[in-house]
Amino acid sequence: MYPDIPVLSILIFLPLVAAALLLPLRDDETVRRVSLAASLIGLAAGWPLIAFNPDAGFQFVERMTWVARWGLEYHLAVDGISILMVWLTLFTLPLCVLCSWTYIGKRVKEFHICLLLMTSACIGVFTSMDLVLFYVFWEAMLIPMYLLIAVWGGAERRYASIKFFLYTLAGSTLLLVAIVAFRIAGGTFSIPDLMQQTFGFRFQYWAFLAMALAFAIKVPMFPFHTWLPAAHVQAPSAGSVILAAVLLKMGTYGFLRFCLPLTPEASVHFAPLMIGVSVVSILYGGAVALGQTDIKKLVAYSSVAHMGFVTLGIFLFQKSGVQGALLQMLNHGIVTGALFMMIGAMYERSHSREVADNMGMGKYLPAFMFFWGLYALASFGFPGTNGFVGEVLVFVAAFQQSLTVGALIVPGALLAAAYMFRVSLRMAWGSPSTAKTWNDLNRREWAYLLLPAVLVLWIGLAPAPFLRLIDPSIDRLLADLRGRAPVKEAPLALNHADAVRHEPPAILASAAIAKEVRQ
Amino acid sequence: MIVPNTVESASLLIPLLITLVAPFAIMLARGNANRREAVSFIAAALTFVSVLQLAPGVLSGVIYTYTVTTILPGISLTLCADGLGMIFALIATFLWGFATSYNIGYMRGLNEHAQTRYYTCFAVAIFGAVGVAFSATVFTLYLFYEVITVFTYPLVAHHQDAEGFAGARKYLVYLMGTSKLFLLPAMILTYVLTGTLDMRLGDVLNGMFPPDVIAAHPNLVRVTYVLYIAGLAKAALAPFHNWLPSAMVAPTPVSALLHAVAVVKAGVFSVSRIILSGFGVQTMDTLGLGIPTAWLAAFTIIGASLIALTKDDIKARLAYSTVSQLSYVIIGVALLTPSAVQGGLMHIPHHAFSKITLFFGAGAIYVATHIKKISQMNGLGRRMPWTFGAFALASLSMIGMPPVCGFVSKWYIVNGSLQAGQTALLVALLLSTLLNAGYFVPIFYRAFMLPPAPDANIEQYSEAPATMVIPLCLTGAISLLLGLYPQVFLNFIQAFGHF
Repeated sequence: MYPDIPVLSILIFLPLVAAALLLPLRDDETVRRVSLAASLIGLAAGWPLIAFNPDAGFQFVERMTWVARWGLEYHLAVDGISILMVWLTLFTLPLCVLCSWTYIGKRVKEFHICLLLMTSACIGVFTSMDLVLFYVFWEAMLIPMYLLIAVWGGAERRYASIKFFLYTLAGSTLLLVAIVAFRIAGGTFSIPDLMQQTFGFRFQYWAFLAMALAFAIKVPMFPFHTWLPAAHVQAPSAGSVILAAVLLKMGTYGFLRFCLPLTPEASVHFAPLMIGVSVVSILYGGAVALGQTDIKKLVAYSSVAHMGFVTLGIFLFQKSGVQGALLQMLNHGIVTGALFMMIGAMYERSHSREVADNMGMGKYLPAFMFFWGLYALASFGFPGTNGFVGEVLVFVAAFQQSLTVGALIVPGALLAAAYMFRVSLRMAWGSPSTAKTWNDLNRREWAYLLLPAVLVLWIGLAPAPFLRLIDPSIDRLLADLRGRAPVKEAPLALNHADAVRHEPPAILASAAIAKEVRQ
Repeated sequence: MIVPNTVESASLLIPLLITLVAPFAIMLARGNANRREAVSFIAAALTFVSVLQLAPGVLSGVIYTYTVTTILPGISLTLCADGLGMIFALIATFLWGFATSYNIGYMRGLNEHAQTRYYTCFAVAIFGAVGVAFSATVFTLYLFYEVITVFTYPLVAHHQDAEGFAGARKYLVYLMGTSKLFLLPAMILTYVLTGTLDMRLGDVLNGMFPPDVIAAHPNLVRVTYVLYIAGLAKAALAPFHNWLPSAMVAPTPVSALLHAVAVVKAGVFSVSRIILSGFGVQTMDTLGLGIPTAWLAAFTIIGASLIALTKDDIKARLAYSTVSQLSYVIIGVALLTPSAVQGGLMHIPHHAFSKITLFFGAGAIYVATHIKKISQMNGLGRRMPWTFGAFALASLSMIGMPPVCGFVSKWYIVNGSLQAGQTALLVALLLSTLLNAGYFVPIFYRAFMLPPAPDANIEQYSEAPATMVIPLCLTGAISLLLGLYPQVFLNFIQAFGHF
């Protein structure tokens, strides 16, 4: 439909241009307005992506030589694995600008420049098809994120920002080693080209370990998660939103984009370990979240548990698992992002993140509690919300693959309900109420809370359009994996084909067919 | 034999839409209490009518279905109205109107706080109950089941004092805990084994599990069944019954409607639905699941009755009575003989009408006299003849005396246990009848026969407000009428399935 427009480049460079435009501005209010306009234009510029064809593999390709001597290319494309993440990033930016409107009081211009640079780098990460280009964007996003925490963060921002920086940097170094190794072994930096090649198991083994460690830190998986609560708690509201919604997804995106296609045998070899670590992340994250009194910390630990579901879904190598993982990446971005925005809105009222300072809001801030309740329900997978769909898909894959794994993560679902209820009930009814003089949501807050709410219910009740976008890519990914590595058939997958036959509303027709078959 | 035929009908949405809109309307009308309660009344009447208009079709053997949305292949939000669902939908919406009238007397009489929240959550609970009743898939059932759990929490915690929060917390821990720990994996296992969550409507014999799956994984299907039974803790089957007595900290109308009708009946209804439309009589029989379930229910009946004997607080005694009476439904369904299943399903509406009368009575006594202890009720019957008269009538129904409706369902269940050749269960059922008499008769005996305590000064008391007494007399009268005309609900059960 739009063959000649370099959509992805526009999406990457638009925020950079906007950041440059901010430089001469002096008035804070103008800075905010321009940033909001830029973020909305960015969203509009994503419009041609509507033409994304799920069946077509990599598309919106832009490929040109960058550094000919080293074989570096400027190579961008999206497929079903990355399309949702690109959209998520585009949607997150305006919300971040809106939720920082009054939250950020100092160095407003610099703050928005950081946000714009972040967005640019994030789009770059999700669309790069060249390993070095990917690495450039991957590292580029570190600096604005570091600044967001270190400059606009809370009381312990120095500790949090340095911890974040060191952890991520340690991971990226290993990633760089893996990238160089791929160049030496495969002769190219191009990801689609590397996907065609087969590497020896020994090479895959070490390459997987190097990449997986980098991604596991980013996700973060237990035991590399400790930077996350610190970073989340100290980061400003918008920083937490972008961190939760987009940055964490880079880790799981990395698993899907690099580990499974490039090192399939090693992925299968390490799958039990990854599944084990994911299960521990789910249970540990949930259990620790249960013990928190700092609401932001609680949501941060819940992220560890939620992302555990994502990595678990990936390494079960079942279609529903990967579907669940990708959907859960999107869901977590929407729901946790929204929860962090709400915590920011609450912090502006109480100047505290402790639940004891934010109690009894049900009577005085009903609209606030309504949204909080909705996102809390979505967060623990209440049926009818998006969290349920993602979680159930991962559950299905887990039970198909192994009843033990399935049984182990069931308490994770319970823990999620427990910590969410525990904190939400106190926020709604705890007494004495600290909220007597607070104002309920203003129009700006309504605006940025309504969009995620719509998505929560849309994905929760009719996820088909979203699954349609990612399904063919998942099929290709798994078929490719099965072709190259010995993936064990799931013991309980025997009836999965039936699922299509039973599709409602023809329930009774299928019942009649089944009856005939039996006779 | 009625051959079920299915008709796609969006009219199933009407009662759900009304009950979905009603809470918002109630919130909007919060400025004026009369207008707010008028909204409740109108919504209750409209919902009941919209459910009732499905009745002729259902009675003639039609099953209405409507798929709202498909979440994943085989997992959809689908509604259906068949005989079984109609029973529950009818009683829940019918009694909502009565409960609203009663609510007005109770809440205004005691000058309760946060009444708007109260009426709002009440309406959402009915939305959940109608949704459970009309569930055609396990997913739909799970969704509305959880809606009930979440939105009845504020009702249980209504008083917002330490006792209220403790009771409500137990309520939430039990119900949400079991549904997450057991019901969710049960649902996933069903999906993994069968590839769908659509229940088998219009076929009581064969469930969702095809024979080849049962042959290949008999134990996994058994585990799934046990997870369902454990996960549906709203049915208050031992050992997950303890939330119900604790939930009695709620205002009495909540106990009445929710803990005699909407919540607990959603539990036993779901258990019946899972057994009859999920597993099917033949599967239950093949896997030998029926009789152990019946024994668990029998154990619950006897145990709860024994505890009820020891309670002096009238609501606590009624709560344990509810625990035991709910298991009658399960025992009936689990016996898997035609008569027992009919009796068990009939006990859903019959117990609802009688038990709501009893709770209404307990609340009316409290509003009029602030007395909660049975031992202080001597002679009160003379001051409150209507209340205690209806109370006595409903008690007789619970005991199973003809011609009140409790007798009919018990008769069918006893008959069914003979058909199944379960003499030992029969003895347990008869024993429970004696125990029922043991804890119900003293209440109205004291009220009518014993002289009041010398220092009690009962002359100061009179009947509670008419908005409370009229509903409880009507539900009491209906209990009697249902005993005389049991066909009302029996017809629906026969439309639901023959075997």
